[in-house]
Amino acid sequence: MDETSGVPGPPGVRGGCEVFGPFAAAGMCGPDGGAASVEVHGGCGRGVRGAFGLVLGFADAARAVGAVVPGMSALTSLAQLEAVASGVAQPLATVRHCHMAEAPLVLIPLKLAGEAAAPLAVMLGAGPDDPTMLMVPQPRNRDLRFAFAADLAKLVLNHIETSRGAVEELPPGKDGDDRIRYGDAPQILVPNRGGIGFLRMLGRSTRFRSTEGPYAVEPSVPVLGRWLTWFADRYDRPGSSLLLAATETLRMHWATGQSSLEDGNLAALLGWIDPPDGLDGPAAAALAEDPVSCPPAGPSTDPTFDNEVLAPAIAAYHASGGDHRAEERLRTVLAGQLAPTWDVMWRAAALLRELPEGASVPGRWERDRDAFTYYHQTFGEAYPQARRDSPVRAAKRLHDLERAQDAYDAQRAFDDPLVMAEHRLSGQAFGGVVTECDPTRLDETGKRPKLRPYLRIGTEDPVRLDVGTTVCNAARPSLKGKVVEFGVGGVLLELTGGMGRKLSPEPGSVPGVGDRVCFTSLTDGSYGAARFPEREDTPWTHGGPPEEYVPTDEDAEEEWS
Amino acid sequence: MTDTAPDLDRLRGGTPPRNHDARTIAALTSNPGCARRGVMDAAGVDKDSVARHLGFASPFGQSQFAITRGNVFEAQVKAEGCAELITLLRDRLGLAVPEVAYDDLEVVAGNEGRELRHARTRRLIARALESGEGTLFDHPLLRLDIAGQAAYLEPDVIAFQFEGRFHIIEIKSFAVIDGQAEPEQVAAAARQSAVYVLALRRLMGELGHDPGRVSHEVFLVCPENFSNRPTATPLDVRPQLAVLERQLARLTRIDTILDALPDDLSFEPGEDLAEAVRAVDARYAPDCMASCEMAFYCRDEARACGATGALGRSVRDDLGGVDSVGTALALADGSLDPSADLAETAAQLRTAARLRSEALDGAA
Repeated sequence: MDETSGVPGPPGVRGGCEVFGPFAAAGMCGPDGGAASVEVHGGCGRGVRGAFGLVLGFADAARAVGAVVPGMSALTSLAQLEAVASGVAQPLATVRHCHMAEAPLVLIPLKLAGEAAAPLAVMLGAGPDDPTMLMVPQPRNRDLRFAFAADLAKLVLNHIETSRGAVEELPPGKDGDDRIRYGDAPQILVPNRGGIGFLRMLGRSTRFRSTEGPYAVEPSVPVLGRWLTWFADRYDRPGSSLLLAATETLRMHWATGQSSLEDGNLAALLGWIDPPDGLDGPAAAALAEDPVSCPPAGPSTDPTFDNEVLAPAIAAYHASGGDHRAEERLRTVLAGQLAPTWDVMWRAAALLRELPEGASVPGRWERDRDAFTYYHQTFGEAYPQARRDSPVRAAKRLHDLERAQDAYDAQRAFDDPLVMAEHRLSGQAFGGVVTECDPTRLDETGKRPKLRPYLRIGTEDPVRLDVGTTVCNAARPSLKGKVVEFGVGGVLLELTGGMGRKLSPEPGSVPGVGDRVCFTSLTDGSYGAARFPEREDTPWTHGGPPEEYVPTDEDAEEEWS
Repeated sequence: MTDTAPDLDRLRGGTPPRNHDARTIAALTSNPGCARRGVMDAAGVDKDSVARHLGFASPFGQSQFAITRGNVFEAQVKAEGCAELITLLRDRLGLAVPEVAYDDLEVVAGNEGRELRHARTRRLIARALESGEGTLFDHPLLRLDIAGQAAYLEPDVIAFQFEGRFHIIEIKSFAVIDGQAEPEQVAAAARQSAVYVLALRRLMGELGHDPGRVSHEVFLVCPENFSNRPTATPLDVRPQLAVLERQLARLTRIDTILDALPDDLSFEPGEDLAEAVRAVDARYAPDCMASCEMAFYCRDEARACGATGALGRSVRDDLGGVDSVGTALALADGSLDPSADLAETAAQLRTAARLRSEALDGAA
């Protein structure tokens, strides 16, 4: 299970500091569904900022299992074997399951080793020919760090403001309010989950800053912090495409002949998917594993680079008292670490763009645009996001995430026969050819006759559904039916809906003998939203009503050393 | 135990043994079935050097920024007789710590061996247990039997005696932000602390005291938020202890493995090194990458023979334990008739292959 077991290091190294194994720097994505189970104060890094320790772990695992890390079925494993045999990655999807913006903001952060969120450099831009590099020449200098945050804010906030598109007017809401939706939304692409974690931390460390008083920062710094926090929160939502990690997104669409650990190296992963001319996947991946020719995609840097190149360059800058030439030298070495990943990121984006978009992708992007519109519109009235969610808010958020996961899983299956194949293998769906059909059968046991056609489907799939289970047609989910019996000739279904309102079916609504069909017990969309108490009614089991959160001076003055 | 000792020295080829530490022991338990690692670690072989000689130098390394940060933080917490640490224990954890005595067990006159240092640890801990004297014991040198071999541990931790019980205090430089730390790092710290708790418990037992006097609750001292201020968090390591004890008991006894090996086996660098390494079976899994210097060599070996385990344990599990990529693919395309015990796996694979090709053809 635990493929990224956190045991980080070589023997013989003592001391309470981080040690990097060869892959620790790659910011690899999660284990095959196993989240590390130990938590300090019962929260986990992702999911919900909040009070529900145990439940949080679950939400995290749910995303890891369902959406991010496939590696959980024989179908995916088989694809990996085929990749080994053929020397090139094999498809896990026939369509693209995420939105790809015309001009996404590619953002590659680097941080200083050993620190929680000390930015070192970032390369960003909305086009392959337009990278900007920002850096902190002395990462331990607080003023330089905030100057960096202000520069970054300018670029990121500009991207956000220019990605709104035209405003759509929507019909008024239930309470008669005017509603609008931006025609577009900003999309940020980072190389890996480590990059997401870094943006989350950078958001956390800047959103409470005060723009006045003794520790004043540029007004744009806390604004950036709030937006980064918002992006990181949206990333937790299954199916959201506002902030994507390239490794995870690629892994959702392709299986390589290496383990999930090695897939965490973006260049190696891409080497398998799209090897350069004259190389196969393993050879391309091997090249990518050399940190000298192919620097890690961040946010951690290669320890040897740190020791042999970066540290002397920073020391020289420091000794020179901020000399321009020393700064240029530092800029050159950091750019050398970032530029290869920059190219790889745009190649990854291009590969994803080549895939046809899944049918439900625009719908999910519309939810993203709604969320963006709401946050953008209410930005001025809101406080920075709390350090920890209140119990009710955390429970609500978890519930939302679970519903989103459910809907996302189902939508991907309906969009993509290769994803549906997973459900067929697990017995929750079956496909085959219609062998018998009685399209005009009526059920006359009730007061009024009802249209209940019979359909027998010959299938070799290992169906694991109970008699009486409601199923729907994968190609047209509104066509619903019930499992009547499992016979020698296949599965007998009684169709119950989606054939029109008359006593004979609408033409073309009932499949005929010889048609290929697939039915599943998955339901498109999700179960209804649960109701939660208002915050002032938080039950005593969850600590009672929490105090209203008001940012304090202490928040604003927090050390960032 | 004495029977295998000369063998192990010969395996090492005359170089002094490498010490175990909690990381290597925690890592050992993550892959208890690996005979290669078991033998090399038991003999204290310098695996880094072996891997380098085989052409698979392990790129383990540590950034000096991380080292500096860790050292600065630790020094700060321990400064002036652990003043900050005591404040934390009193204020943050509400422990009524009385007058404090601090003993650094690393400081022994002269350049003494591990046995002497361990003896000093024993003596001081024994006295503390009898008299209740002493509060903080820094750098205790502990001993733990690993697969029939005594391993010395040099934990960079403090044993803290409070109200008649010992706690392990571990200082780590990863940040705890709003009460949450990186789960992987906390998990690693918990696994390591469990090794120390176990070693200290064994020591209690040897000294004739109740091992339960070492608490399963350890204290993790980390920087708080983005500052250098330390914060302390109690961590219950019972789950890690249970895993550790079970895995240590299950570790194949090294003698049994050694019995099956050629008499003249040695990991001394030279022409025969590769052959010697291959003589001991490895059980490679991708998580070896995070903890074993031999990992790149073993990965290459596993890939070369088409081992499904190189793709990850979950893949091998999905394949019902079929070890070879070739076999699994042949079962999937029906070109190989499965043996009775593989019938179910083969059926599953064939279905998977049919479903994949249907879905891909349909899309084309």
